[in-house]
Amino acid sequence: MGSQQHGGSGQDTAASPRHRSDTTLRVNGTPRTLTVDNRRVLLDLLREDLGLIGAKKGCDHGQCGACTVLVDGRRVNSCLLLAVALDGCEITTVEGLAGDGEELHPLQRAFRKRDAFQCGYCTPGQLCSAAGVLAEAAAGHPSHVTDPARPSGEPVPLDREEIRERLSGNLCRCGAYPHIVEAVEDVIP
Amino acid sequence: MTGTETALGAPAERREGREKVTGTARYAAEYDRPGRTHAWPVPATVARGRVTGVDTAAALAQPGVLAVLTHENAPRLAEPDDATLAVLQDAKVPHRGWFVALVVAETPEAARAGATAVRVSYDVEPHDSVLRRDHPASYAAEQANGGHPGSTEHGDPDTAFASAEVRVDVEYDVPPLHNHPMEPHSSTARWDGDRLIVETSSQGTSTARDVLAGMFAMPAERITVVAEHVGGGFGSKGTPRPDVVLAAMAARHTGRPVTLTLPRRLLPSVVGHRAPTLHRLRLGAGADGRLTALVHDVTTHTSRVKEFVEQAAVPARVMYAAPHSRTVHRVAPLDVPSPSWMRAPGEAPGMYALESAMDELAGELGMDPVELRVRNEPETEPDSGKPFSSRHLVECLREGARRFGWSRRDPRPRSGRTGPLLVGTGVAAATYPVMVSPSTAAARALPDGTFLVQVNATDIGTGARTVVAQIAADALGVEPGRVRIEVGSSDLPYASLAGGSSGTASWGWPVHDACVSLAERLAGRSGPLPEQGIEARADTAGRADADSPYARHAFGAHFAEVTVDTVSGEVRVRRLLGVYAAGRILNARTARSQFIGGMTMGLGMALTEDSTVDAPFGDFAESDLASYHVPAHADVPSVEAHWIEEDDPHLNPMGSKGIGEIGIVGTAAAIGNAVHHATGIRFRRLPLTPDRVLTGLLAHESPAPV
Ligand code: FES
Ligand code: FES
Repeated sequence: MGSQQHGGSGQDTAASPRHRSDTTLRVNGTPRTLTVDNRRVLLDLLREDLGLIGAKKGCDHGQCGACTVLVDGRRVNSCLLLAVALDGCEITTVEGLAGDGEELHPLQRAFRKRDAFQCGYCTPGQLCSAAGVLAEAAAGHPSHVTDPARPSGEPVPLDREEIRERLSGNLCRCGAYPHIVEAVEDVIP
Repeated sequence: MTGTETALGAPAERREGREKVTGTARYAAEYDRPGRTHAWPVPATVARGRVTGVDTAAALAQPGVLAVLTHENAPRLAEPDDATLAVLQDAKVPHRGWFVALVVAETPEAARAGATAVRVSYDVEPHDSVLRRDHPASYAAEQANGGHPGSTEHGDPDTAFASAEVRVDVEYDVPPLHNHPMEPHSSTARWDGDRLIVETSSQGTSTARDVLAGMFAMPAERITVVAEHVGGGFGSKGTPRPDVVLAAMAARHTGRPVTLTLPRRLLPSVVGHRAPTLHRLRLGAGADGRLTALVHDVTTHTSRVKEFVEQAAVPARVMYAAPHSRTVHRVAPLDVPSPSWMRAPGEAPGMYALESAMDELAGELGMDPVELRVRNEPETEPDSGKPFSSRHLVECLREGARRFGWSRRDPRPRSGRTGPLLVGTGVAAATYPVMVSPSTAAARALPDGTFLVQVNATDIGTGARTVVAQIAADALGVEPGRVRIEVGSSDLPYASLAGGSSGTASWGWPVHDACVSLAERLAGRSGPLPEQGIEARADTAGRADADSPYARHAFGAHFAEVTVDTVSGEVRVRRLLGVYAAGRILNARTARSQFIGGMTMGLGMALTEDSTVDAPFGDFAESDLASYHVPAHADVPSVEAHWIEEDDPHLNPMGSKGIGEIGIVGTAAAIGNAVHHATGIRFRRLPLTPDRVLTGLLAHESPAPV
C-alpha cells in the first residue's frame, strides 16, 4: 500500500526532470514513492513532502542534531543526507517512535515526566537520538568514554557520563540537559 | 483538592508536553499553506557602503525561482521605530550581513540556488568594526537599555577610592555573545485580500502585529500574528526581526504564501547579539571589608543603525552598600551588526565583572567571599534609596553555602589537586529586576462547568500555558483541569511580550483579576449559564506600569566546582548550584527547568561561547553552531536549582518575580572564581577556553623574567 506523491507544491517546476529521481522509502512503516529534487535532503523530504514536521531544522548543516531521525535503526542528521541516496531505506521519525496507537514510547513518557524540554525544538531530535543510543549501547558500540578494556561486542552499560557523551550531538539551548539525562536513565532496561 | 490551596506552586506538567514529544507541536515555518513558497535572503558582503546594482537575471533563470526582491522593487514601507526592520528600503549597507535581496521560489532548494546566483555590486567605504577601551568614537551614553540613566554618581568616589585601605582596580572583557535559539527565526506570511496573516517565531505577537501595522500602514485589526510554539528566543525574538517583515513583503509581492527561515549562519548579523563589554572595576574597602568606593565603567559598541547600550553597570547600582560610587556606560558606534537583548542584558556581563572583582577583593582582604557579600548588604537600594520590596540575598548565600558544603572549603588558592587536575570552588551573587507590563485577559465560564481563559501570552518554552492555567484555577477556586487556555495569537486579548522575565507576572495579573471577578459574578447568580457562558475581562494598564515606592529585584547565589586540567588547560564544571529568592514560585517543575537553563547558558558564557568581530570583514567570525560553541550534554554535569519562598506583597496578585534570566546572571563569575581558586590565576577575559588557560598556567609555572 505505497503512495505515489510528487513532492511539495510546485516541485515540478523547481528542478528540471533530469534533476529529479524516483525514490522509495519506508517512513514509519509506510512505503512512500516520491519524485524528488536531487538536491533535497531527507529532512526537507520529511517536512515538505510528507508533512512530518517532527524532525526540526536547527542549522541545516549537521551542527545541532535537531533533525535526528533513525535510518535503518541508526541515528543520523537528516539534514546531511540526500534523499535520493536513501532509496529502499527504513526511516523512523519521532512521529513513528511509539508505533501505532495512542501510547507514547517510554522515552516520550519519561521526557514528559522529567520536564526534559522547554521550547521543545530540540526534543524530537533528542528523543530519536536517545532511542539510537539505547540500541547502540545494547549492541556493544563503545563511545569516547567507554572503558577501552571492556570486551568488545558486549552491551555497554549506560551511566550518566555515557549518556551525556553519546547525546552530545544534540544541542539544547534551553539547557534541559540534566533532565534529559534523567529521562534516558529512566528507560534503561 | 481545592484549587486555591494547591494549584499555584504545584509542579504541574506542561500542557503542550504531548505535542512536543510526538512532534506535532507546530512552529512558524511549519504552516504549509496551499501554494506556499520559500524565501532565502542575500546578505551584504561588505561592511559599509552602498549597493550600486543587483543583477537578478541568473537567479530568475533558476528553475522554480519566482521573484527577487531588492531595494529597487520591494514594497515601500513606513519607517519603523526599530531601524533594523527597514529592510530593502534603500541602497545603504550599514554592516556586513545586512540583507540586500530576497529570493522567493517554489522550494527551499530553488530559493537557495537563486540566492547564490544573485550578483550584487557595491560602492565600498572604509569601515571600523573593532571595539577598544580608548576608541575615539566612544561617548558617554545618555541612556542605557531599559531606560536606565547612562551614568550615576554618589559622593566622591575618586577620593574615597584613593584613600581606601584595600583597593582592587581591575579590567574584564566579555566578548560578543549570540542567543542562537534552536529554532532559527522563521515567519510564514500570506495576504487574504487586505488581511495579513503571519505565523512567526516571536516572543510577543501583539507587539509584532503593531509593528507590522505601522510599517505596512494598515489597521492592526486587519493583521493576525500567531506564535503557537516558539523554539526559544532568549531576547532575540523579543520584538520583530527582519524575517517577518521580509516574509510579509514577499507574500505581497508574489501573491503567494511565503515561508522565510533565516539560515543559521546569517542569524548573528541580523537578529541582535549581546554586545561586547569592556569593564573596569574599582573597589575600595576598609580592612573590615566594608566598601567605601565602587566605580564600574563599561565600554561597549553599537551599530550605525541604532543605539543599543548594554546596561552592564546597572547591577552595581543595586548590589552593595558603598557610600561613594560611580557607574558609567560609554558606547562606540561602529560598522557592526546591531546589538540587542540576550538573556539578562546588562546583568549577565555586569555581574560577571562585579562579582569577579568582589572575589578579588575578598582575596585581598583575606576574607571569605560569602562573608564579604553579607557584610556589604545594603539597607535600601544604594542608587535610589528606596526600600527593597523583599531582598533575601544573604539567605540565598547562606542556604547555598550549606547545600554546597562551602564550610569544608580550603580558602587557599591551588589547594585542591588530584593528579593533573586542579580543583576549585567559587561563589557569586545574582540579581535581576522585577518587571511587569500592562496586559489584558478574558475569562469565560461555560455551561458545562469548564472555563476558557484567553490572554495573548507567548510560550517560548517557559511553560506559559501551564502557569497561566494554574493562576486561573487558583483565582477561580477550581481544578486546573477545568480551565482551558488560549495563548499565542494577536487576535486574543492584548498582552505584553515574553521578555525581561516579565511574562508570567504581566499575563498572570489580568488573568487573576478576570478570574476573580468572574468567580464573584458566578457566586452571585443561580440557575444555568447562558449557552455562550458569561465572561469577565481585566486590564492592568495604570496598575502594572504604576511607579512603585519599592525597589523590586530578585536575588540569588551561585556556587560552582570546577576542575582545571594542567596538561590541556581544559576547565570542566563538576557541579553548579543556585539558590534564588524570586518571590513566589508558581510552578516548581517549570521554574526549576528555567533556572537550570539559565545556569547552563551561564556555563557557556564562562567556558565555551566566544565570538569575535573579524576586523577585515566587519562581522562575526563565529557565526554558526560549529564555531560558536553552545554547551552540549557532555559540558553539563550536575546542575541544581533551589529557592527560598518569599512572601512579597508589593509585586502582583501572585507575588511572583521573574525567573527566566536570573539563572545566567552570576554563573560565569562563580565559575571564573572557582577557576581562580583552583589555579591561583585570575583570568579576566571570557570565555575560559583551554588555549587561554593553558597559556596562563604555563606563564604561572615559569614566569617571564622581569
Ligand atoms: S538541522 Fe541537522 S544537524 Fe542541525
Ligand atoms: S528544549 Fe528548547 S532547545 Fe531543547
